[in-house]
Amino acid sequence: MAFINYSAREINCKLVYYGPGLCGKTTNLKHIYERTADSAKGKMISLATETERTLFFDFLPLALGEVRGFKTRFHLYTVPGQVFYDASRKLILKGVDGVVFVADSQEERVEANLESLENLEQNLLEHGHSLDEIPWVLQYNKRDLPNAVSVGELRSELNPDGKVLEFEASAASGDGVFETLKALARLVLHDLRRRRS
Amino acid sequence: MSLSPQFVLYEDDHGRIQSAADRLVHDANAKAVFLVDRNGQLVAESGEFGDVDTISLASLVAGNIAASGGLAKLLGEREFPTQFHQGERDNVHVSLLAGRIILVVIFDERSSLGLVRLRVKKANHTLGALFEELFRKGEAEFETDDPGEAFSMITAEDIDNLFSD
Repeated sequence: MAFINYSAREINCKLVYYGPGLCGKTTNLKHIYERTADSAKGKMISLATETERTLFFDFLPLALGEVRGFKTRFHLYTVPGQVFYDASRKLILKGVDGVVFVADSQEERVEANLESLENLEQNLLEHGHSLDEIPWVLQYNKRDLPNAVSVGELRSELNPDGKVLEFEASAASGDGVFETLKALARLVLHDLRRRRS
Repeated sequence: MSLSPQFVLYEDDHGRIQSAADRLVHDANAKAVFLVDRNGQLVAESGEFGDVDTISLASLVAGNIAASGGLAKLLGEREFPTQFHQGERDNVHVSLLAGRIILVVIFDERSSLGLVRLRVKKANHTLGALFEELFRKGEAEFETDDPGEAFSMITAEDIDNLFSD
């Protein structure tokens, strides 16, 4: 649910990075944080365990620029990927405007990707949304790893109709991170415009 | 399946909310008052908050309310509508308004929990009614598909221009 503030001339949207444990959601946010000018970003907050696994969420506020005098602000959140943190994942999806599904390209994580995508669908449903009507994009992360399966294989599992925009990435080096974010931000703004005009 | 309506805040509504927040800071002898929507968006702020990162504050408060709401459901409660955090210097009183807005009052030794509770209760009526009206308006607008003034002007090209490198 975007927040449009006419007084501050701001459009605020909430984007959530979703995906299985250790797929690189936090790494995406860290890269965005490191490569964004100070004037366009706020503090990055990570609620993590002592071993740096996401416990509740990471949060990064980002300003993208102006559209007709309105500042566009995006609040980026990650969810904890580990299966047993499902209650937290549900909470973070509340009010979401768009989702990046970060898939882990490694062969041994193919099943975990599918489970996480099903979990996303289920949790969206509980908020009255579905993947058919919410803007979302797919990121095939860890493309640089030697045990990465082919994009075709990932696509056949996660995007069989080819309807969802997809990006190859290696979040650790930053490849594909901004492409993914920009594509989703664009989809969300177009969706907002379509629904309000 | 339809999406929920967006939360749209027009200038005159913002002015009324801001006045109520200013009044609460004064009446409760508080350091600062923040109004945050449950999704973590900062709606209004008043008082002295120095270099506090208000955007992060809003996100964490919303996370906190979400977590305690989840806990309430687990225990068979509908909600825990009020929270209080006591610090060495500053204290934080958090309460829910109209089910969707979080009222955060930060206060120090110049005030007391009793006074804050009393003033928050009073402000709940004013602010609660303001937000109820705002949400009713938003839902009506959503249903009639009335375009907001700004959105009728934004073109697809404007959006794409944001991303041209």
